[in-house]
Amino acid sequence: MSMRRAVLAVALILGGGAGAVRAARAETLAVAIVNNPDMVTLQKLSPAFTKATGIHLNWVVLPENRLRQRVTMDVATKSGGFDVVMIGPYETPLWARSGWLDKLTNLPASYDLDDVFPTVRDELSYKGALYALPFYAESSVTYYRKDLFKKAGLSMPAHPTYTQIAQFANKLTDKAHGVYGVCLRGLPGMGENMAYITTLVNTFGGRWFNMKWQPQLESPAWHKAISFYVKLLRRDGPPNAASNGFTENLALFAAGKCAMWVDSTIAAGSLYDPSQSTVAKVTGMVDAPVQVTPNGSHWLWAWSFAIPSSSRHEAAAKKFIEWATSKQYIEMVAKDQGWVAVPAGTRKSTYANPAYLAAAPFAPLVAHAVETADTKHPTATPVPYTGIQYVDIPAFDGIGTSVGQDMAGALAGRMSVAQALKRAQRSAKNAIEAAGYGGP
Amino acid sequence: MQRSFLSRLTGLAAWFAALLIAFPIIWMLVTAFKTERAAIAVPPLLIFKPVLGSFAAATAQTGYLSFALNSIIVSLGATLFAVIIAFPAAYAMAFRPGRHTQGLLIWMLSTKMLPPVGALVPVYLIYRDVGLLDTRTGLIILNMLMNLPLVIWMLFSFFKDIPAAILEAALVDGVNTRQQMQHLLLPLAAPGIASTALLSIILAWNESFWSINLTAAHAGTLAAFITRFSQPEGLFWAKLSAASVLAVAPVLLFGSLTQRHLVRGLTFGAVK
Repeated sequence: MSMRRAVLAVALILGGGAGAVRAARAETLAVAIVNNPDMVTLQKLSPAFTKATGIHLNWVVLPENRLRQRVTMDVATKSGGFDVVMIGPYETPLWARSGWLDKLTNLPASYDLDDVFPTVRDELSYKGALYALPFYAESSVTYYRKDLFKKAGLSMPAHPTYTQIAQFANKLTDKAHGVYGVCLRGLPGMGENMAYITTLVNTFGGRWFNMKWQPQLESPAWHKAISFYVKLLRRDGPPNAASNGFTENLALFAAGKCAMWVDSTIAAGSLYDPSQSTVAKVTGMVDAPVQVTPNGSHWLWAWSFAIPSSSRHEAAAKKFIEWATSKQYIEMVAKDQGWVAVPAGTRKSTYANPAYLAAAPFAPLVAHAVETADTKHPTATPVPYTGIQYVDIPAFDGIGTSVGQDMAGALAGRMSVAQALKRAQRSAKNAIEAAGYGGP
Repeated sequence: MQRSFLSRLTGLAAWFAALLIAFPIIWMLVTAFKTERAAIAVPPLLIFKPVLGSFAAATAQTGYLSFALNSIIVSLGATLFAVIIAFPAAYAMAFRPGRHTQGLLIWMLSTKMLPPVGALVPVYLIYRDVGLLDTRTGLIILNMLMNLPLVIWMLFSFFKDIPAAILEAALVDGVNTRQQMQHLLLPLAAPGIASTALLSIILAWNESFWSINLTAAHAGTLAAFITRFSQPEGLFWAKLSAASVLAVAPVLLFGSLTQRHLVRGLTFGAVK
């Protein structure tokens, strides 16, 4: 008897618990985000928003790849699990076209939409309408060690070429002391090695597809770019470069193991912070390297907030995303954490602020990189797609992942560059034809 | 002499194997007490000043307790219902086997062979339509169903160990099936039920695929809590380690306290 009663009691507690959770949902937004230093700050400061509006926030924090899958599933099935989602320029136009996102109109005058960098705004629009508001934007640059350059009697130009990068790397590599001339992404993935490799191929004059959507991966430009990349990293890169992504390279550079590193502007905040980096005082920053064309040599990405059309709290969600991407929020971060920690790359006013320019010596370079990243003309020759470090079609997720594995295979020495490109060309061709592009 | 040398060698090998298996957990524990800068040091630091900052960061504003509560409710709930359902099922199979019992047992196990991702989309859509997405009830049901084959199998093998003659004798005395289960089988098989339940709790506690994919803001378990620190941008290694320690600590503690039962349950039937 008592056992039956215990079972009943437990069942009631469980059922009651679930009911209580549902009752508390009334004025609460479910916000799906990635975790990074800027998002940690946002969560810390969000009580001010709740206090002002009475709207509570429930954070769902996931790693980038998982967030993309999880949110896609929720939005595509219109499950309404999330009221605000964090997405980038890759998803925004695709999802807007599928009718998964709310159009963002009637933003208040105080929001000052014209203050947002036009390149970033364009990235988040579809057919002239805005579908997401940028929280922070990033481009890619070259980081280098001023002390090592000085010791070797070298000087880093403001606009280096890849030929120069290779020469410097060769001179600076000191394997006996664990210093490698250059660190680059090798870890396979659409958002990992392929983001970097695509900018490299762009500036070497290559492109993913021609105007008929035929893959160009066996073209001379791809051959040159990938041979350069593999040769450079094998000669002057850290061991096992094919397993290094952004985080691994950040760790290596911060620990003083890399003389140069081409990667996201977002690393600057960590590298210039003495509590996270052993090279904070001696890190320098210049433009991303260029080879035959400046087009597409540095990427553009903006982590942004959008409202899924399945959200049940659309008005409250709009209030939140306006607040989180406003000038007032940026000022609030500055007051709480100092100017160096404010979300970068989104607003002109941030870069006109003397306090920010004084605190963040890298600021003008970031602004320049973001303003000049032209996603509409990412290559030397015309292409049917937009996007610098990606191709803005749904099928690219799979293509990028598969080609990324081939490139990592070439880097790790499992196959030659020619073999890797042949495989990549074949898989890209199959995938793009299966997706209904081009064809005979 | 030779024997003691051999047994010492075996002991040494066992220690080495145990250390090897435990190394990731030990390293995680060590990293959790480092600063982010010390955590990424190359070569890795073995001597450092331990700090608690990562634990503070991992628990501040993340709602650790609500994730932990979800983990407790889901793993206990799933186990309770799994045992309630498995008990009569295992009884029937052990003491009243039919022509198809053997086949049924194998078929049940075969349901564990489908990778969960293969069932994700249908389960997701069903859960959306019946309103079970992001609820603890939904996770309890799934974990219960997932552990059910294992729980039935384990109870079945424990029941097989009990002499059927005892139950038959009771039957002669005029005891009905319910009384037979309640007053005879339950106390006789109590240790077996306990170790089965322990294993089921641990499996449900560690389940991550469904708890990440089917929850949003409310029903996430500690497995979902850990993923928030696994990041491509920024330095999160020490925080990730601290979060993982916080997530596995309760179940590790629980496991070591109940180790005796657990080992008995796991090795049951292996040596006869």
